[in-house]
Amino acid sequence: MDDHDAVAKTPIEFELRLYVAGQSKKSLAAFANLRRICEMHLAGQYRIEIIDLLKTPQLAAGDQILALPTLVRRLPEPIKKIIGDLSNEERVLVGLDIQPVRA
Amino acid sequence: MTDAGVAKAATGIIGLDEITGGGLPAGRPTLVCGSAGCGKTMLAIEFLVRGATQFDEPGVFMMFEESAAELAANVRSLGFDLNALTAQKKLLLDHVHIERSEIEETGEYDLEGLFIRMGHAIDSIGAKRVVLDTVEALFAGLPNHAILRSELRRLFRWLKERGMTAIITGEKGEGQAITRYGLEEYVADCVITLDQRVQEQIATRRLRVLKYRGTAHGTNEYPFLIGERGFSVLPITSLRLDHEAPLQRISTGVAKIDEMLGGQGVFRGSSVMVSGSPGTGKSSIAAHFVDAACRRGERALMFAYEESAAQIVRNMRSVGIDLERWVKAGLLQLRASRPTLQGLEQHLVAMHDLVSEFRPGVVAVDPINNLSIDRLEAQMKPTLMRLIDFLKQQQITALFTSLSAGEGSTMPETTEVGVSSLMDTWLLLRNVEFNGERNRTLYVMKSRGMRHSNQVREFLLSDTGIDLVDVYLGADQVLTGTARVAQVAQERAAAELRKHDQERKLRQLAIKRAALEAQIAALRAEAETTAAEERLAVTEAALQETLARETSETISDLRRADTTRK
Repeated sequence: MDDHDAVAKTPIEFELRLYVAGQSKKSLAAFANLRRICEMHLAGQYRIEIIDLLKTPQLAAGDQILALPTLVRRLPEPIKKIIGDLSNEERVLVGLDIQPVRA
Repeated sequence: MTDAGVAKAATGIIGLDEITGGGLPAGRPTLVCGSAGCGKTMLAIEFLVRGATQFDEPGVFMMFEESAAELAANVRSLGFDLNALTAQKKLLLDHVHIERSEIEETGEYDLEGLFIRMGHAIDSIGAKRVVLDTVEALFAGLPNHAILRSELRRLFRWLKERGMTAIITGEKGEGQAITRYGLEEYVADCVITLDQRVQEQIATRRLRVLKYRGTAHGTNEYPFLIGERGFSVLPITSLRLDHEAPLQRISTGVAKIDEMLGGQGVFRGSSVMVSGSPGTGKSSIAAHFVDAACRRGERALMFAYEESAAQIVRNMRSVGIDLERWVKAGLLQLRASRPTLQGLEQHLVAMHDLVSEFRPGVVAVDPINNLSIDRLEAQMKPTLMRLIDFLKQQQITALFTSLSAGEGSTMPETTEVGVSSLMDTWLLLRNVEFNGERNRTLYVMKSRGMRHSNQVREFLLSDTGIDLVDVYLGADQVLTGTARVAQVAQERAAAELRKHDQERKLRQLAIKRAALEAQIAALRAEAETTAAEERLAVTEAALQETLARETSETISDLRRADTTRK
């Protein structure tokens, strides 16, 4: 639950799920990009679950996964999906509907 | 993959396996394309259902448009229970749905997720068949078409590698394009197009095998129907003309017509056309035909396009045919409908379905004209040909009635030239109007493979059925009806007269002979008298001689004449 940088003061607002296929280049890039973006903009408010469809293919249907990698914002609603390796930070933020934190 | 021809996976769909010579290419993808509502999904789902139920090949149906529940509801009317098949792990439905508005794209991606889903679905039921319906929906959902295209190419190759017999459906493209997004580029083994056209306000669906790599296939457009029992493609017939030709003859139900056809009726499995203008008795002949079949214990199927079943039963009772008992006995089916409500082909498929189900010995169609709304011969001939070929292959004897143009046309037979070549036997009924009345005549226009009468007969409908009598051929007029009756009376009177004449002559001769005989008797008597007189005269003469000699001797004696002188 709070295995991430638990700031504990703010509740978990963002429940994210990243679907990947094994340890591919795109998978690794997506995960790295996601961590970076979340740390920067959602520190303490997010939780990431990684699903490797090569291990659990039956989970692909539930979130209607076609493209990989796919990031699913399960909470807050509505569900949003971002496909690709998340290399474009700006679009990821738009996709997750996050106000960028101005450092 | 193999050199020895293309391995095929039977679809189990009526007609499609015939056209493709055994089915779709096994282990390869086939593209089925057509515009919206022309039956792509139906073809695809039937391919899977038949695969699962008839060929023990489970299938995965990956749908991109409808949901599984919607699809199951849509095909339930065809008798396909998708839920049951799913429960038996013979079928797996996966609804792949992409909402464009939910999706943001950043950076590189591929469609590995689709592959994983598909692979998982295939593995979980051991699928041999796969349907992607309609994969083009992805083009709307995913903005990067370059990735999508390369991934689709990879997907089809992957399906091939996994040995899946697949159907990929695609929307028809604009103009000449086969599909909107050019899927045909990636699926090159077999392409089938479906089409729906409206002609004369009647919609007809058609199927065409555009391409089938490495195999012979029918290239025509074949009408098809989505009927009560699924998808049916015509022709049901093969591409060849190789039906059996039995020697067995069966009765037409009218003894006199059988007599005209070499005395034995028509060949089993042949096609008979009865044509004539309105009211010439075509339907009655058809009724006799089915009645005779039922009497033989065969099943008979009658398609009636002018009267309802009840009306036929009632009307045929008036000519002494009780069809109702055959209906009740289950030997006869009367199918009355307005065929023009459906397309010609659609109707044909329905007929085919019914024939396959009922398996009759004879089929009567009354009349074929109604199969086409305004006598479009060009359309009707191929359809009829298919029907006849199909019936022949089943060794079903068929009788078609055909309504020819009215009395105005001098040669009513010319109107049927188009379809007559399909028929083995052609009986022509004509009205002869003469002497203030109209009478029916019948003759055999042709009858393949038998000696048949070339005599025109008069055709009589009575309350005991059809009878044929010889007509009288006058100086320059065929006599029928009362004219014929008058002629008969005349001939009878003349015969009577001749008889009397003869008798009189004979009597006269007898008298004459009697007279002669009397004469002969008199003469003979005279002759006898004369002979007697003759004998008397001879005796007399001899007596006189003796007497004279004796007298002279006596005198000599008396005179004592010199006896030595003597």
